[in-house]
Amino acid sequence: MAEFFTNTNLGIFLLIVGQCLLIIVPLLVALAFLLYFDRKVWAAVQMRRGPNVVGVFGLFQSFADFIKYAVKEVVVPAGADKFVFFLAPLMSFVLAVAAWAVIPFNDGWVLANINVAVLYVFAFSSLEVYGVIMGGWASNSKYPFLGSLRSAAQMISYEVSIGLIIIGIIISTGSLNLSNIVYAQQGDYGIFSWYWLPHFPMLFLFLISAMAETNRPPFDLPEAESELVAGYQVEYSSTPFLLFMIGEYVAIVLMCALTTLFFLGGWLSPIPGLPDGIFWMTGKMFLVFFIFAMVKAITPRYRYDQLMRIGWKVFLPLSLFWVVFVAFAAKFDWFWGAFARWSVGG
Amino acid sequence: MIVTLAFYLFALGVLGGGLFTVLSRNPVHSVLFLILSFFSAAGLFVLLGAEFIAMLLMIVYVGAVAVLFLFVVMMLDVDFAELKAGMAQYMPVALAIGIVLLMSLGLAFGDWQAADGAEAARAAVTPEGVENTAALGLVLYEQYFMIFQLAGLILFVAMIGAIVLTLRHREGIKRQNVLEQMWRDPGKAIEMKDVKPGQGL
Repeated sequence: MAEFFTNTNLGIFLLIVGQCLLIIVPLLVALAFLLYFDRKVWAAVQMRRGPNVVGVFGLFQSFADFIKYAVKEVVVPAGADKFVFFLAPLMSFVLAVAAWAVIPFNDGWVLANINVAVLYVFAFSSLEVYGVIMGGWASNSKYPFLGSLRSAAQMISYEVSIGLIIIGIIISTGSLNLSNIVYAQQGDYGIFSWYWLPHFPMLFLFLISAMAETNRPPFDLPEAESELVAGYQVEYSSTPFLLFMIGEYVAIVLMCALTTLFFLGGWLSPIPGLPDGIFWMTGKMFLVFFIFAMVKAITPRYRYDQLMRIGWKVFLPLSLFWVVFVAFAAKFDWFWGAFARWSVGG
Repeated sequence: MIVTLAFYLFALGVLGGGLFTVLSRNPVHSVLFLILSFFSAAGLFVLLGAEFIAMLLMIVYVGAVAVLFLFVVMMLDVDFAELKAGMAQYMPVALAIGIVLLMSLGLAFGDWQAADGAEAARAAVTPEGVENTAALGLVLYEQYFMIFQLAGLILFVAMIGAIVLTLRHREGIKRQNVLEQMWRDPGKAIEMKDVKPGQGL
């Protein structure tokens, strides 16, 4: 039986499909409850109850929403470019899910353990901008078009600083493999061996850039329906809109996973002696998502020019300076070798 | 078997994407097909074992350059009728250039002499035990350090040139001073007045 899955073409194909499902299905189910959690946190901060009708404590709210979206009528605007109009939400969903192929959940638990995993994730998150541009353009309407240009500019701007922050991590590790980045954070001091300590300021820059990159509050200009008439998804309804929304949330959870892998030691245990495992990984991702949810609840929305100013005039110089600093610290072994963990990567 | 299938799939993507880039009536569709072409080329690089270049192709060309194209094409006001008229007029010249290019390519590749060790070098691109990215880095920073840095310098000069050409400082307009805005506090901006009833300010 084992030979069938490792030796024959069909067996390998089935094995890979099974592994993909093993990632996607728990991810989407977890996403349903994360959406519910997001709304509950938001409600709690504003002293409301939040969703509490469907199921026990409203736990099935997301599933009810899903059914509601799926059974509604799909409205296509007159004069829309039909093919591109439906391609855009599909692309934004598929690309967001495809990036998960290289994320390691535990020691060796990774679908594709490739050497350029960091670049792979970066490439797919930079492709997500096409869903936004195509959606806005294909709607054949002025507001979505302007909204899509706005969001695309926002996503591209913050990709630059995310890339520079990741370069710092790569310099420290000497490898582009996500598993190696976690191995490099292994040490005798548990939580203090992880990268959040040497790369401390970048943890905040990365979190804020991740929020801007995924259009999360306080940078959720596509959702500013009162002042900017929302964004690229104005003309979308029913399942296409649902795909946009799921794609956005999958990207957010992906950013949580990346923060965990880059700064918080992935599946490593924070206390030396306790066993490492997937529960640490998911727990840390949940913690980062909680931060995302709290930020959504307590911060006001940024103005567009402020958003661009922070991206280009504050984050970009800071992260560029940090790359230079990390390069020097790693080369000359400052801070007792905290920046140079090349024993793992090479 | 799977590799062969993947190769033909990606090759079809490159050729089909390129063909429809030229043939599409809508310029935005053209750019989208160009993106398909880039994406398939990245797939071909992966099949060749050059993952780093494949990912760079995706990030730089698909993620940045093509987005720029798309922006420009969407903003442009293109007159399709005029474009088509031009196409018929220039078709013979374009065909002639195409045939000349094809023939020179044919001449070049028809008489291609491979060096003795070339086949082996192509089969094992990276040295034993060194991964793709590290091998490329070693080549760039140890053997061709000067050329690599000079190429970067040329790009830098080009960038400064573009900025200098387009930057103009206009006089007599209101500007935003962000620091001033941030340091503004109620003490400077608000004045409390005790207004007596029936008097006004």
